[in-house]
Amino acid sequence: MKPFVYERARDAAQAVAALVADPDAVFLGGGTNLVDHMRLGVASPDRVVDVTRLPFDRIEQLADGRVCIGANVRNSELAAHRLIRTRYPMLSQALLAGASGQLRNMATTAGNLMQRTRCVYFQNVTTPCNKRQPGSGCSAIGGYTRYHAILGASEHCIAVHPSDMAVAMSALDARVVVLGPSGERRIPLVDFHRLPGDEPERDTVLRHGELITAVELPALPVAAHSLYRKVRDRRSFAFALVSVAAALDVRGGTIADVRIAFGGVAHKPWRATRAEEILRGTDATPEQFERAADTELAAARSQPGNAFKVKMLRNTLVAALQELAGAA
Amino acid sequence: MTASHFALLVDANVDVQYRCPVYKRFTAAGAPSSLERMAELYGMDSLHVVVNGARYDLEGVDSRTTLLDLIRERLHLTGSKKGCDHGQCGACTVLVNGRRINACLSLALTHDGDAITTIEGLAGGDTLHPVEAAFLEHDGFQCGYCTPGQICSAAGMLDEARQGQPSYVTDDADHVELTDAEIRERMSGNLCRCGAYVNIVAAIRDAARPAHGS
Ligand SMILES: Cc1cc2nc3c(=O)[nH]c(=O)nc-3n(C[C@H](O)[C@H](O)[C@H](O)COP(=O)(O)OP(=O)(O)OC[C@H]3O[C@@H](n4cnc5c(N)ncnc54)[C@H](O)[C@@H]3O)c2cc1C
Ligand code: SF4
Ligand code: FES
Ligand code: FES
Repeated sequence: MKPFVYERARDAAQAVAALVADPDAVFLGGGTNLVDHMRLGVASPDRVVDVTRLPFDRIEQLADGRVCIGANVRNSELAAHRLIRTRYPMLSQALLAGASGQLRNMATTAGNLMQRTRCVYFQNVTTPCNKRQPGSGCSAIGGYTRYHAILGASEHCIAVHPSDMAVAMSALDARVVVLGPSGERRIPLVDFHRLPGDEPERDTVLRHGELITAVELPALPVAAHSLYRKVRDRRSFAFALVSVAAALDVRGGTIADVRIAFGGVAHKPWRATRAEEILRGTDATPEQFERAADTELAAARSQPGNAFKVKMLRNTLVAALQELAGAA
Repeated sequence: MTASHFALLVDANVDVQYRCPVYKRFTAAGAPSSLERMAELYGMDSLHVVVNGARYDLEGVDSRTTLLDLIRERLHLTGSKKGCDHGQCGACTVLVNGRRINACLSLALTHDGDAITTIEGLAGGDTLHPVEAAFLEHDGFQCGYCTPGQICSAAGMLDEARQGQPSYVTDDADHVELTDAEIRERMSGNLCRCGAYVNIVAAIRDAARPAHGS
């Protein structure tokens, strides 16, 4: 690991200033991704600004029904919180489907959003990778692609974003609250992560020095009837092959409201807006669920090693919606 | 840390000059004008932690040191194991302020002021922790390499369950019951190369019984 200066941020403004002053400085959350990357040589900051003692550690319900999640709330606390379990079960389930008990005790809300791809070539500094070293090429194309994208990829990068939590937050229309050198801004979670295009080195729209302070969830009544389904190579402690976050409100057999997002299949949490459009106002039947899935997945482009994911995702979505409709 | 302390450290560890690129960069630019600046560049700091009830006031902790390496190499508590160093196996599990974490992915300097419990500190004197006793009773190990992590993890996990934290397989979060499926799911962050899982689950099931509750 390259030597670096460790410093503990005194307050949010000072943390931002520390990064603005140093292009090679980074924020540190629970460390579960960053420390790993520093050891692997994937990240080599010269200054590490620990933000975990800043007072962003609460989950609060605001007067208008929104829920504000502090950036430092640990994944395990967020998953266990009563407000989250009852009003946004898909979020609690997504968190609990991710990583392990120990890692969830360490991982922060902000760090989880900012975690980087698990593409094996990205994590191995000896192989070409456009995301780690722009212009060096993509080793995954023509290589091992089981865990790679089937939606929204480019010829420069076919990696997926690995977070489960972010998939649920995408379906929930969450907003990321960010503090930068010129003040605060709010970024809709669906616009927070990027598709790779010709700049795969940029995972998100966050600028250097911008500090995530919170994530806000809208009141969103439909979310109370929601779930997260994750398909993986082993039953626990594995990243998603595909995953589905879905919320469904059926009234008298008709779909009044619906939210769907996919994980493990794109460079960002994939909000299935086409499927949602088809479903809103139609009958809650398996045929409609299948039609919605097929429409959303018409744009899917797979690699030789992950063609199975298209059908797997289709079936997972249909099963998730059927489960929600059956229990309605 | 003070400048004189850093000078001592550099003396005591001459090969730092050859290994440390920052030192090289710094000395190449001219003689050190301020040892404190060099200490800052090299990234060392003081650290105060309580480990298994004993207070440690440490100086000159390299910023790159993980909590696992600190515990093993500096405090010589070698019960916590390094299996993967990537958060994937759980052999390094310790309790920090009562919560289980992977010590291999945690920078030591982030723990200033924390209370840490390792496998060495779980028992109360000669009285084994209920999880330790249950592992003995059920042969919850073969080679024993994963065991300190398994036991610390189980101790933390039982507290989480008592506090009512749900898992991915929990049906009724208001009523957490530690079935075998729950134990397996909650312990999935601890791998055992010997495959002693059946006995590990039996030990934890036993330790979870109210009679054993601590
Ligand atoms: C073995 C293993 C298995 C895993 N399995 C899963 C899984 O199944 N599903 C899943 O979703 N995840 C999984 N993870 C990933 C885990 O969820 C992430 O590593 C974790 O959420 C990162 O959070 P952290 O607080 O530790 O971030 P850190 O490692 O501290 O930081 C990650 C990034 O976030 C940045 N950052 C931190 N805080 C802020 C802030 N406030 N503002 C701006 N930037 C910030 C850092 O600079 C860094 O770039 C796994 C990890 C491991 C090691
Ligand atoms: S898929 Fe993306 S992250 Fe993986 S090797 Fe290609 S460019 Fe790198
Ligand atoms: S050594 Fe820490 S998880 Fe394997
Ligand atoms: S007992 Fe040998 S690794 Fe678990």
